Amino acid sequence: MSNNEMTGAAIIVRALIDQGVEAVFGYPGGAVLPIYDEIFKQNHLKHYLGRQEGGCLHAAEGYARSTGKVGVALVTSGPGATNAVTGLTDALMDSIPIVCLTGQVPTHLIGNDAFQEADTTGITRPCTKHNYLVKDIADLPRVMHEAFHVASSGRPGPVVIDLPKDIQFADGIYQGPEEFEHRSYQPKTDPNTDKLDEALRLMANAKRPLFYVGGGVINAGGEASEDLVKLVRATGFPITQTLMGLGAFPTDDKQSLGMVGMHGLYESNMAMHDCDLMIGIGVRFDDRVTGRLDAFSPGSTKIQIDIDPSSVNKNVRVDLPIIGDAGKAIDYLLKNWRAKKMKADASALDLWWKVVNKWREKRCLSYTPDKNIIKPQQALEHLQAAMEKDAREYYVTTEVGQHQMWAAQYLQFRQPHRWMTSGGLGTMGYGLPAAIGVQVAHPDALVVDVSGEASFMMNMQEMSCIAQYKLPVKLFILNNQWMGMVRQWQELLHGARYSESYTDSLPDFVKLAESFGWTGMVANNPGELDDVIDRMLSTEGPVIADIRVDQKENCYPMIPSGAAHNEMLMGPGAVQDADVSSAGKALV
Amino acid sequence: MASVYEEQTHIEQIARHTIAILVSNEPGVLARVIGLYSGRGYNIDSLTVAETDHIAGLSRITIVTTGTPMIIEQIKAQLGRLVPVHKVSDLTEEGPHVERELALIKVVGTGEHRVEALRIAGIFRARAVDSTIDSFVFELTGSSEKVDAFINLMKPLGLADVARTGVVAIARGTEAL
Repeated sequence: MSNNEMTGAAIIVRALIDQGVEAVFGYPGGAVLPIYDEIFKQNHLKHYLGRQEGGCLHAAEGYARSTGKVGVALVTSGPGATNAVTGLTDALMDSIPIVCLTGQVPTHLIGNDAFQEADTTGITRPCTKHNYLVKDIADLPRVMHEAFHVASSGRPGPVVIDLPKDIQFADGIYQGPEEFEHRSYQPKTDPNTDKLDEALRLMANAKRPLFYVGGGVINAGGEASEDLVKLVRATGFPITQTLMGLGAFPTDDKQSLGMVGMHGLYESNMAMHDCDLMIGIGVRFDDRVTGRLDAFSPGSTKIQIDIDPSSVNKNVRVDLPIIGDAGKAIDYLLKNWRAKKMKADASALDLWWKVVNKWREKRCLSYTPDKNIIKPQQALEHLQAAMEKDAREYYVTTEVGQHQMWAAQYLQFRQPHRWMTSGGLGTMGYGLPAAIGVQVAHPDALVVDVSGEASFMMNMQEMSCIAQYKLPVKLFILNNQWMGMVRQWQELLHGARYSESYTDSLPDFVKLAESFGWTGMVANNPGELDDVIDRMLSTEGPVIADIRVDQKENCYPMIPSGAAHNEMLMGPGAVQDADVSSAGKALV
Repeated sequence: MASVYEEQTHIEQIARHTIAILVSNEPGVLARVIGLYSGRGYNIDSLTVAETDHIAGLSRITIVTTGTPMIIEQIKAQLGRLVPVHKVSDLTEEGPHVERELALIKVVGTGEHRVEALRIAGIFRARAVDSTIDSFVFELTGSSEKVDAFINLMKPLGLADVARTGVVAIARGTEAL
């Protein structure tokens, strides 16, 4: 047999290795056994065994988000594939490059309702960027390499390759990645320079300019963020970041106004509302950002730089759409701003900063500490201080809910790929498995999952995976015994009738930790907080820190549904007064 | 606080667009296009698809769709995002084009009705492609309006069955997709 003659399963593993894959997150089953056999026979890529396919997908996402590389998952047919659907949708919504290999029943059984058969390509068509069903061994090498190209180029996203078992056994000829070029998929990445020149002209003439940046900058690579910092410095403009964009620019920089949107900072949202030039880069004007659309930044000229034409003019009509790679666009703007010695309107900008600083004086993130009860905000401020002092680089994942928004508000990110959160889909149970992928990619880093007790329990089986690979993940549970965000909305919209939002029968988290060989600790009052955080960080191996926080605390500021950026609720007093419209109530 | 949605009185003009899409002829490509329409709530008024280049493995899909200018723009951007899509062309926007539809129309009747049906068919240049003592099958090609008009005229004359292909369209002049 020549060097390139091999079975389908061997072609798959060889292609993964040639694509530079080092880690695969998966779960075996009947329809992928030949691939697992090939994995057994080699030492190039390491397989991490999740405890449910949903966890494997989030782990692959965490790996991808924290490295910028493609995350790879391997699951079996039927239930393996259907369990992967949430992670695939999550990756699609947040533009995360994933290649997910799914087993399939043999080609002659497809459509026969065979054991563990599901129409995987049919089910995953709307929740992937693209998917393939390989029915001919001759197509396999091309599909494998093409999948990586599609997942990682243009606007990244998840790609599924459905692999019937007979194809895995069949003999074929391997071909390397260099032998293929995609026929139709060649996304445009070079932005139109005339339009960028127009953007520069608008920037030089703006009175109240504002950068508004998102996940697209992070997806454009580390250089894009570095250039963004230089561009923001050179112009002197304020900048706001979306939930997905945190870390594209240092969040605690003096030019940063922090996060924008529903739970964004007061100064950020007010600046969005009142700016006269909005420079959107890698953002999609998501409904969590815009609030009420017809009152969204009414007086501004809007520039939008995005690699995906369908992100432009989807929710908000923009004045200057520029299609292309954010990194290339920022690079051009920076070079030309400097080369042409362009200057912002200094006196107008000075006045604008005075206004912005006035908003900052509102100190929208202030809260009232309590002698006896730990405030969740306080817990995160202390966590931030401790991570700051730690010699290791820190990476943070989150679940979804109040704790996620507080983490976005109170933690600081100075570099891209340090903040992993489920933004678009809002997947509870994301953070713990995502932390697996992050820790695998960065074995020496400090990886903290900021969690709520309800979200954590959605994928807590992955504790076993973390224990198996001795991943020193720190699980920081802001435990208020409620589905906090659900409770907050019930207070706001449903007369405080707390229907099913209380989490009864919680486990003893310390004992739970110990049962998996983790270390468990609990903080009941503010006096214990710092000690628990210090011990959590200094303990080797995985830790659960059960932080018992105020059960009643709500997350502010908040733009209620159907309201505009300048109609934020600033604190609990405002909730009772809030008069949310019927149409607003219907919005989630 | 009154609702923003109830207050929104101005309604954007809804227009009909004919969109031609060149795609790789691979399994599932039509499902991707249709799934995009249903998943995002767009309208399909008519859809035709057939392979147009066997050697290059290309198919051409023609979709007639309606929506506001913003929706139409979204539809084209979303179609362009599909991996097997080579080209999306909005024929309505890009200039003069020819639209044609083929219909097979069965008319059942005798006597005066039968004679009248045949006479009108002549005016419309419809060809009788099948006939029995008391029925015709007419083949008619033309714009959708012409086909509609013919079908309406056949109704009182014993219209029994209609099969239509939906619109196919191509740009006038030298431009090719």
